[in-house]
Amino acid sequence: MKQKFDINRFKDNMFKYFGLACTLFGLAVLSIFLINILIEGLGRLNWQFFSSLPSRMPEKSGILICLLGSIWIMVLTAIIAVPLGVASGIFLEEYGKKNKIASFIEINISNLAGVPSIIYGLLALEIFVRILGLGKSLLAGSLTLSLLILPIIIVSTREAIKAVPKSIREASYALGGTKWQTIRFQVLPAASGGLLTGVILAISRAVGESAPLIVIGALLYITTIPTSPMDDFAVMPIQIFNWLSRPQKGFIENATAAIIVLLLITFIMNGLAIYLRNRWQKKIKW
Amino acid sequence: MAKLDAEKVNVYYGDHHIIKDVNLSIQENTVTAFIGPSGCGKSTFLRLLNRMNDYIENFKKTGDILIDGGDIYDKKVRVEDLRKRVGMVFQKPNPFPKSIYENVVYGLRIQGIKDKSKLDAVVENSLKKVALWGEVKDKLQQSALALSGGQQQRLCIARTLAVEPTIILMDEPASALDPISSAKIEDLISELKENFTIIIVTHNMQQASRVSDKTAFFYLGELVEFGDTDQIFTKPVKELTQNYITGRFG
Ligand SMILES: Nc1ncnc2c1ncn2[C@@H]1O[C@H](COP(=O)(O)OP(=O)(O)O)[C@@H](O)[C@H]1O
Ligand SMILES: [Mg+2]
Repeated sequence: MKQKFDINRFKDNMFKYFGLACTLFGLAVLSIFLINILIEGLGRLNWQFFSSLPSRMPEKSGILICLLGSIWIMVLTAIIAVPLGVASGIFLEEYGKKNKIASFIEINISNLAGVPSIIYGLLALEIFVRILGLGKSLLAGSLTLSLLILPIIIVSTREAIKAVPKSIREASYALGGTKWQTIRFQVLPAASGGLLTGVILAISRAVGESAPLIVIGALLYITTIPTSPMDDFAVMPIQIFNWLSRPQKGFIENATAAIIVLLLITFIMNGLAIYLRNRWQKKIKW
Repeated sequence: MAKLDAEKVNVYYGDHHIIKDVNLSIQENTVTAFIGPSGCGKSTFLRLLNRMNDYIENFKKTGDILIDGGDIYDKKVRVEDLRKRVGMVFQKPNPFPKSIYENVVYGLRIQGIKDKSKLDAVVENSLKKVALWGEVKDKLQQSALALSGGQQQRLCIARTLAVEPTIILMDEPASALDPISSAKIEDLISELKENFTIIIVTHNMQQASRVSDKTAFFYLGELVEFGDTDQIFTKPVKELTQNYITGRFG
């Protein structure tokens, strides 16, 4: 009896240390990676780097064009994907539960969230670039990334709405609220924390994507600042990809510096998402 | 004429026959208590009266429910208008995660009423009616969620009163509260009786006998006995009622 107990305890401890080792391993690899990048790239982060156009000489090159490109993409993608995704999420969760079309759409959306991003690029190449004739423009890129993050936004909208307790809806109905008033004035505000979190995470995913944009042909050497949605563009991940494929050491240095900037953008967005989630959780206790 | 009439009402959830052939007539400005063991259909019947069951899948009703002589399930009735006339207070206090002020005026805001002085007056009036004004008048803009359970429930009642219903349905409104808060709700019910027709579901026999004029005893979906509260609690006609109120089952 006693021996059996000890064996189980031993297994328990073993697993604990095994888990700890796995976690530490992951953290260690990540830290080495980060430290490496910081050592190589930090020195390159100066005003010249942020304010210069690409150039054939690494020390004269900068990220101005691709940083602006990424910001354009971020804003346009948000404008396109957020209203569409949130509206679809609301529809599926609140209105479309019972009919067959809705459940068909529902299954497909879950599947879409798992499709590799390059597939979206192929779809977009055909539809946006060729059929709609949008070329390799910012608009085509944003539409492509919108496709990619729509399922994420829809799913997180639905989760956020689902988390609003039934008692809140009932209270609104009982006071004479219509379905739309109940959604608009009670459900959405109560779900806004989760909703925003999902939206920010989705957009930060879009900012880091390169594969679908390469497929639609956004792998260009651009030297003019994009000023309209129809302009050609470059984005941070693609610029990084470009620089990394050059043999000169200076370009590798540029790439690592750009990686730091891109990481910073994603960290800030993720941090914001976490902050918003915590704030809402604290504010709303049912 | 009766304020509310139920005629041969049956409710089904899918194949389950939940309410069986209930006939019931309720007079204006009275308090009616629904009692009976849990699962006997008290809440289901109560929620028929403001059509809160409409959202349940597989819900089916037969028979008629008339309020002020009109069939509330008639196709021409807008369910939102019905609910302005028939308010509801729930078992667990469910204030909106908004300020005290916004909780009270919600029912008016969604009717499109924007006049600040009107809203202010309604807030003060409604909160006074539930004896909450003194406690919260200096913190109307604070979150309703910071109030105690008993205060939250009184706020929910104030919110219902603000819409000026004529009938108020209460589903075990005091069962989640401490004895003192619970007593305050009971006092409140006695006061509100002057101006409203109240129907209250309760598990608590003493509460039923204290606050109500009429008592309806439900058992397995049937209305076993309905009569003056005094009569039900002192000399019930049915043996089943006798057994239930003396605590022989429940
Ligand atoms: N949404 C529902 N779907 C199916 N059955 C339900 C639903 N709600 C309640 N019931 C059933 O209806 C019966 C009556 O429930 P209810 O009216 O809540 O009883 P009470 O309020 O008297 O405790 C119970 O047997 C319960 O299981
Ligand atoms: Mg009940």
